[in-house]
Amino acid sequence: MKNSIKNIAIAFLGMSIISSCSNKLDLFPQNDMTPNNAYANMEGYTSVLAKVYGSLALGGNEGDGAPDISGLDGGSQISFIRPFFNLQELPTDEAVVAWNDQTIKDFHNLSWTSGDPFIKGMYARPIWNIGLINAFLRETTDDKIAERGFTGADATNIRNMAAEARFLRAFNYWAAMDLFGKYSFLTEADQTGTTPTEKSSAEIFTYIESELKAIEELLPVAKSSVYGRVDRAAAQALLARLYLNAETYTGSGRYNDAATYAKKVIDAGYTLSTTYTRLFQADNHTQTNEIIWAINCDGLMTQGHGNTTFLIHAAAGEDAPDYNINSGWSGYRATKGLSSKFYAGSATTTNDKRALFTTTKYKIDPVENEIEDVSNFNNGVHVKKWTNNYVDGRVGNDPNRNFTDTDFPVFRLAEMHLIYAEAVLRGATTGDRATAVGYINTLRGRAYGNTSGNIADANLTLQFILDERARELYWEGHRRTDLIRFNQLVTDTYLWAWKGGVQGGRAVDTKYKLYPVPAEAIMVNPNLTQTPGY
Amino acid sequence: MQKHLRMRKWNLSINSKSVLTAFMILISVSAVWAQRSVTGKVTDANDNSEVIGATVLVKGTNTAAVTDVDGKYTISVPNNDAVLVFTYVGKTPQEITVGNQTAINVSLVDDARSLEEVVVVAYGTRKRADLTGSVVAINAKDFQQGNVQSSEQLLQGKVAGLQVTPGGGSAGGGSTIRIRGAASLNASNDPLIVIDGIPVEGNGIKGSENLLNTINPNDIESMSVLKDASAAALYGSRASNGVIIITTKKGASGKPRYNFNTQFSVGAITKTVDMLNGDQVRELINANAAETGNNTYKDLLGNENTDWQDVIFRNSTGTDNNFSASGSTLNIPFRVSVGYSNQNGILKTDNFQRTSGAINLSPKFLNNALSVNVNARVAGTKNRKADDGAVGAALRMDPTQSIYDEENNFGGYWEWLTSTGDWNNQAGRNPLAILDLKNDQRKAARFIGNVELDYKLPWVEGLSLRTNLALDATNGNRTETISALAASNYLTGGYYRNEDEKKSNKLWDVSAFYEKNLTDIKSKFDVLVLHSYQDFLTEVFMNPAYQADQSAIIPNSTPAFATDKPQYRLDSYLGRINYAFDDTYLLTASLRRDASSKFSPENRVGYFPALAAAWKIKQDLFADAKVVSEMKLRAGWGITGQQDFNNYYPYMARYAYGSNSAQYQFGDAFYQFLRPAAVDANIKWETTTTTNIGLDFGFLDNRISGTVEYFNKETKDLLAIAPVAYGSTFDISVFTNVGNLTNRGMEFVLNTTPVLNRDIRWDLGFNVTSTSTKINSLRKQDDPNFTGIPVSGISGGTGNNIGLHMIGQWPFAYNVFQQVYDHNGKPLEGVYVDRNADGQITDLDRYLYKRPAPSTLLGINTAVNYKKWTARASGHGMFGNYLYNNFRSERSVMRNLLDPVVTINNASTELLSTGFYNNQYLSDLYIENASFFRLDNINVGYYVGKVFGNASLSLNAGVNNVFVITKYKGLDPENSSSTGVDNTIYPRPRLYTFGLNFDF
Repeated sequence: MKNSIKNIAIAFLGMSIISSCSNKLDLFPQNDMTPNNAYANMEGYTSVLAKVYGSLALGGNEGDGAPDISGLDGGSQISFIRPFFNLQELPTDEAVVAWNDQTIKDFHNLSWTSGDPFIKGMYARPIWNIGLINAFLRETTDDKIAERGFTGADATNIRNMAAEARFLRAFNYWAAMDLFGKYSFLTEADQTGTTPTEKSSAEIFTYIESELKAIEELLPVAKSSVYGRVDRAAAQALLARLYLNAETYTGSGRYNDAATYAKKVIDAGYTLSTTYTRLFQADNHTQTNEIIWAINCDGLMTQGHGNTTFLIHAAAGEDAPDYNINSGWSGYRATKGLSSKFYAGSATTTNDKRALFTTTKYKIDPVENEIEDVSNFNNGVHVKKWTNNYVDGRVGNDPNRNFTDTDFPVFRLAEMHLIYAEAVLRGATTGDRATAVGYINTLRGRAYGNTSGNIADANLTLQFILDERARELYWEGHRRTDLIRFNQLVTDTYLWAWKGGVQGGRAVDTKYKLYPVPAEAIMVNPNLTQTPGY
Repeated sequence: MQKHLRMRKWNLSINSKSVLTAFMILISVSAVWAQRSVTGKVTDANDNSEVIGATVLVKGTNTAAVTDVDGKYTISVPNNDAVLVFTYVGKTPQEITVGNQTAINVSLVDDARSLEEVVVVAYGTRKRADLTGSVVAINAKDFQQGNVQSSEQLLQGKVAGLQVTPGGGSAGGGSTIRIRGAASLNASNDPLIVIDGIPVEGNGIKGSENLLNTINPNDIESMSVLKDASAAALYGSRASNGVIIITTKKGASGKPRYNFNTQFSVGAITKTVDMLNGDQVRELINANAAETGNNTYKDLLGNENTDWQDVIFRNSTGTDNNFSASGSTLNIPFRVSVGYSNQNGILKTDNFQRTSGAINLSPKFLNNALSVNVNARVAGTKNRKADDGAVGAALRMDPTQSIYDEENNFGGYWEWLTSTGDWNNQAGRNPLAILDLKNDQRKAARFIGNVELDYKLPWVEGLSLRTNLALDATNGNRTETISALAASNYLTGGYYRNEDEKKSNKLWDVSAFYEKNLTDIKSKFDVLVLHSYQDFLTEVFMNPAYQADQSAIIPNSTPAFATDKPQYRLDSYLGRINYAFDDTYLLTASLRRDASSKFSPENRVGYFPALAAAWKIKQDLFADAKVVSEMKLRAGWGITGQQDFNNYYPYMARYAYGSNSAQYQFGDAFYQFLRPAAVDANIKWETTTTTNIGLDFGFLDNRISGTVEYFNKETKDLLAIAPVAYGSTFDISVFTNVGNLTNRGMEFVLNTTPVLNRDIRWDLGFNVTSTSTKINSLRKQDDPNFTGIPVSGISGGTGNNIGLHMIGQWPFAYNVFQQVYDHNGKPLEGVYVDRNADGQITDLDRYLYKRPAPSTLLGINTAVNYKKWTARASGHGMFGNYLYNNFRSERSVMRNLLDPVVTINNASTELLSTGFYNNQYLSDLYIENASFFRLDNINVGYYVGKVFGNASLSLNAGVNNVFVITKYKGLDPENSSSTGVDNTIYPRPRLYTFGLNFDF
């Protein structure tokens, strides 16, 4: 018996020897970084900053793949540019889509619901970016910089990055506030895991304003940053845009500030590009004289279906070679509401070179431009504003000619001219009509190639500004905001084809000035409330 | 299990017959003869083969003879009263009184006690009669017959509650396996597979999507299916979906015997989709042009009538050859086998080859105290995988076009071109070009080997120490070449990529086992304690893509990392006690403690207990009732876990780099993304609590036998991708534990032998399973506003989902609009029922209608033996399952013909009846009843007997996939996708097989 006990003991001893491997259960993925390692050197900081910017260009960490926001379509619903374009342009006279993707037709019909997946993606994107920025900002404090031993130029660089990240946070809040009104709110004081609170449109306005003013001086002076990274002018441009729409966001106008900040940018050393089309083609990164800040896209290095690749393919059909891409997606075109701003009556020609509605396949044509069938891509006004063309005629960087190299200008000088003029018309005393007329005529001079399109002081009316904004800024993501500011989005003062889902157009409920909070977002966050009417 | 029962019945009936015969002979004896000789032949009742080396003894004497290589013997008998005793290892001894016979032929049946009753269970074996859990063992002889290349398909329709759904008809393709339905939403629902004691990883590898096809089905002795928690809980954190234990063939004692079998098969497609032909397309488009005055599409029409499905499919052939030797040499039982299989698929270019070899040695040392079992198994598979995208492309391609176009740049295959002569990449591609111009070579080499030692301590009776050291290592390689002529890749000069992946799974088990019989208190018990350590390592080697001629790297195709090395480990202890009182009351209790590297140190350890009891009612209540041959009640309870998901580090806060094609430009330089992962740091096991009650019964010498079983599985802390507050972490949903789900059902198994006489035996068995699954909760807290989680993406209309996980529903319930029909029953395009009566059709009008999972499973098996002939058939069915016919919703509208990208696609003939212009993806029109019954196999065998030398021959011929009965309109109602979205699979061929089997 003793023997057997001994043997059993030996057996168990043997077992316990090999059992002492519990620390072997701590395994770490080979190619990932711990949070501390990620910020151990400047490369790490720059790579996180690349993601902070890049989250506006791509939906995921592998293009559309490895999505930041899961459960939605990586190409069409979770990047920034494409959903922003859909929500800003589709409900207006500037864009209508032929596809059957889920609820995509609800946008032009102004009939979306809180269950809409595109709205869900666009609600989720800014707060995702803000969460990332907050996490990044927590790693850029003086304590962290000291703790990790960064000094001199590196420390300065990190502080600059922090200011840029704060600008991008303000920009994300602006986009969200413009689309949704009240919105989820987090700052860098909220650790990861914190459930966001909800702030009203006015509260977010105040926050954006204070942040932009706080970083205005921290950011590098205008035109001193490398291409792609923001400088002081971007913050001022966003302030100008914010103030122009202050009445929409807060109920009270801030036109004096709008004119002031527009002027700051105008006077910062920018000039208009000589050729309008060069601002929207593959080599538009050369147009830094006019482009204040663009979201960078590249057919080889920044591949996604949610950036300018979308803008260019979606507008193209059989005429894809005109756009320097391999194929068209035959989806988006404009209504006659847009083209009629360029063509008087039944005219089919104009001297305004911004009227980019003719391709090898499509043209301005009274029959073709009528939209009988929304699903028929051949119906409508075809837009060749965004292209992948190079001045020298070469093909794009993607050997497959699929992804495009065109950057997406968020702020460019022309918009500042228009903001200044409109603010003056709306009563700003910080500017004057003569300067305003001058700014407008600079734009029209470029558009016509001479002074034949210039306007007189008497022509400078608010409706003219709205139309001029359409002519200058169409398909750049401004139209919905503009129509709301002029109260023409949901009313019957201005109708376009298929507005509200009927061919002749109709007024819709005023709730459609704002997008609803996605039903799921409310479900998972008890702090959120639904927008009235939804 | 069926096999075991049948053998016992056979055995009993023969014995009673022999007694009867002997009795008849006794009373009819009239003459007493002097000493004389008797001759005869001994055969194996299983296949009528000769039994070599059987002993023939005159009872009560020392006179004996041994059968020769022909199974023949000659023996002297003293008189007619002499009794001959025939014995052979593994066979039931048979006694025959000589009487006046001069020739006595004997057919020996398998020994019930040695074969029938032992079943492989978790960490051991157990007498079938003593089982307390829900375990079904299927032996080789009851496997699915005919051409089976992947081992799980051997079980098709054989086990109640087991659903084996092949992914399609590709050569060497795998299956989806479900035991008692699916209990998990986002973690795996695949059962744990254990091969010779080694739990293996189910996922595929580059080079083989289906690792189960690396096991040669000819080497498998038995497969045990552990269905309930009391049977499976010993596998702890991996057992929630049940366990399948594969046991390979071992060496036998005695003189070596050899087997060679070969099989030849021919496959043919059974059904194609009804598409419009060229003339019909021309008619529709011409009519449209006449009506609209727009000749855009009319001008694109060709003059052909090409049946693109006919172009891509072929009749296939395949061979399967196996040789094995088994016996003892130098007192070491061994088995050696080699196999070679070469199967062509019915999709052109599809080919699968497997070469396999296996050695098993099972010697004993130290006066049999030390048993050694060594297995080494190697297999190489080589698969030219045909791109099954060609099937969809064939349905899409315009039938008015010719197959070839000598003019273009794309290898002479007709393609849709743009005005600049490029391929229009929004159009479909020539399906034949997809097949011919792509060579996707996948290779996998797998080694599975283990050494088991079992040492019975000589100085403590009943105590043994055991260890099992095992390695399962696979090297996979995928080399994909797409010709520079292929329209899809000609811009980059074709495509070439070579990728390697290695997996190794190391196991070390150490255990002590003690058994004791306490006869004075009529008790018997055994105890097992075990420690197990398992390490799973994957090494991935990624290379850039090159042009087809490998002369240059395709720009920016270099992966961000050249290698990756995901790894996880499990460290486990377990204990089990079996106790039996009076051989009537049985009790099993077990506990496993698993520690897994997949969870944080705080959540790493889980405990998985199980308890089961059985009462052999027969012994207590029907001991003397002859009509009742078996009656046992079983009840079990246990907790199992689930940790099988494609993420080895789900809890870990970390930053991950993006790919090289996702960078951001600052100035002239591009920078890789670095992104924090969205994780739930507190993630832990999903656990399932299972209750199981079963009754095993047998009547009339088990000519009627079966099982009735009830099970209830409650899964909590479901591993699911669940939404979280937007902005609270780095995603809007994270992989977390949320909600719970109930899965319950009944199983009924009945095996009968309706006819049993000297010449004919007919067996008929069937099993029926009825299950229901319900999601009880999908939120951490109850939430009245919960609107469900959209799932089941479909093809067509980017981002559309057809399913919803919703409280109170089956998983993947379809979420659709209710179609409105006219008075003739014709669906009205785009007209749906306004279910919430708000005057408009919005997302809120969608309703939940049916689901993909079946509520009833059916399996039927039958076999008839008549003299040298055997015939078998088996089939299975599923009922209550619905599919979303994505092919119909996508490809039966006018918009297919008049594609906005200005190409013509084909549409199905359904267009002629509905006349739909636009796709109505979300209509319930496309939710179809996919209930079906499939006759899987008919097989006829004939025992020829001796053909040359010592070799005996049997022949068999059969048909696999004989027919399907269904109302489903698609190609095949049996769909392996859990979402139920049917996107037209690689069709399963009908296979005609012919085989030869030599034993010598």
